[in-house]
Amino acid sequence: MSNLHVSLLGKTLPGPVIAASGTFGYGVEYGEIVDLGVLGGVCSKGLTLNPKYGNEGERLLETPSGLINSIGLQNPGVRHFIDNELPAMRQALAGTGTAILANLGGGCIEDYEEGCELLCQAGVDFVELNISCPNVKHGGIAYGVKPESAKEVVSRVRRVCSRPLIVKMSPQAEDIGRMAAACVEAGADALSLVNTFQACAIDLEKRRPVFNNIFAGLSGPAVRPIALRMVWQAVGAVDGAVPVIGLGGIASGEDALQFIMAGAAAVQVGTANFADPHACQRITREIDQWMDAHGVNSLDEIRGCARG
Amino acid sequence: MPARCFDAQVFSRTQVAPAIHRLTVRWPETVPMPHAGQFCMLRAWGRDEAPLLSRPISVHEAYPISGDEPICENGQPLQLVTFLFEVKGRGTDCLAKLEAGDTLQITGPAGNGFDFSGLAEGTRVALVGGGIGTAPLYQAARELAAMGIRADVYYGFRDEPYEMEPYRHTAGVVRVATDSGRVGFHGFVTQMLKPEQYDLVVCCGPEVMMRRVAAMCAQQNTRCLVSLEKKMACGIGACLGCTCKTASGEGKSVCKHGPVFDAKEVFE
Repeated sequence: MSNLHVSLLGKTLPGPVIAASGTFGYGVEYGEIVDLGVLGGVCSKGLTLNPKYGNEGERLLETPSGLINSIGLQNPGVRHFIDNELPAMRQALAGTGTAILANLGGGCIEDYEEGCELLCQAGVDFVELNISCPNVKHGGIAYGVKPESAKEVVSRVRRVCSRPLIVKMSPQAEDIGRMAAACVEAGADALSLVNTFQACAIDLEKRRPVFNNIFAGLSGPAVRPIALRMVWQAVGAVDGAVPVIGLGGIASGEDALQFIMAGAAAVQVGTANFADPHACQRITREIDQWMDAHGVNSLDEIRGCARG
Repeated sequence: MPARCFDAQVFSRTQVAPAIHRLTVRWPETVPMPHAGQFCMLRAWGRDEAPLLSRPISVHEAYPISGDEPICENGQPLQLVTFLFEVKGRGTDCLAKLEAGDTLQITGPAGNGFDFSGLAEGTRVALVGGGIGTAPLYQAARELAAMGIRADVYYGFRDEPYEMEPYRHTAGVVRVATDSGRVGFHGFVTQMLKPEQYDLVVCCGPEVMMRRVAAMCAQQNTRCLVSLEKKMACGIGACLGCTCKTASGEGKSVCKHGPVFDAKEVFE
């Protein structure tokens, strides 16, 4: 049994695998399936200050080794989350060291600020600032492409954020390295990347795009090698200044270890939860088994080792 | 009751009509038995194999319920759950290739089934189904029969009906309509159904049919339950891919809050 604990932003997490936003509900849904106590954290579904119905029309489409989604940040709003879903998450995670991450998407900067203040007052462990949702015009991606825009929203939220602030980056960023550096300069305590890749599909019978918004977000194993390249670049760009959480198509312990060897402090697992509801727990176990088989006692021994 | 995720063994799998299969699995004692209207996410292929997502398939029969003769194997009573499904693509094609003794991954029982609690003996119930949408209604007929209610059955098929025989023992009047006119009434079930004759209509089938039945029921003030179908990724309320709009404007998950809804809640 290796030591799977991960030190992240002043908290010791029981494991390196965090359930990614939008794929794990509020943790409660998986409570009978997964031992939540082995997870490093659970990210809430993307929240916005005010409730959102999400997108009309098709929301899901399978692709080879992937899934395109156009959920559109459906959520009950930050206040409802604090009064209802957060207590349920706390109850499901009681007695564990598993962190609660509140994923916050936004409209305008003021909404991000107010949402963040409320979440911090409610005492979530970390705020994960979503500047990368591709499915809502003002859901954040507007801030996730150009470093100058990202800097503005991150620095404004930073001022009102009393909890550690993780910025979730988009693969649509013009330059991953510059974007990572800009977020850190603006006050991000950590980065997580990548969110889904903007994608498209066309319905031949209707001769129209499948999704009402035309573009939607691609995730799953199909994106993993590109995500890994981006994590590599972000780790290089921040040069140890902040931890980087890697995600994008991770579906096995070996996948997760690649991200860690590229320098990721921890990983998030998203779409894999749909194919295998046990995914987060299984991947944690597979990491453990690999470490045992290779005489690795702590992830610190191999983190970033591939960089030479 | 939150869903579980487990491996189950195939008890039998038979083709009952072109592209229609009956898949029966041994249901573990540790997992609550599903109720009529609930479904499971089925996966007969590896977690790293295509297709990426498991397939939501409704429960056709959960065995035993009260009044059933136990089926025993080596002196032990068996718990069996049957799914009836149509082969539509790669996922259902994999399910159609399962043989007795194979294992598959099941997540479930998922969703809320038909709520028959509080129905008195003698309540007049109609089961209205179209095509593979008839699948969940058989367990509904069984559960109603166990409560002393023999539901009338109105089923529509394109051409050839399937799996009708078991209704002899569980249902009241059985009426079949086919688009081709080959069997039964030549036309739609909605032309045979008179909602005013019923206290409750339970409906599953193509959306256009369910909307029509719901409108007919609304006109006669007959309560109508519908079971919706949507693409799903997780099946347990996490991904929000299967949201439907309710009368209040609120979004509800077909997988978690449904698939069964009061028709008034989801159809205008």
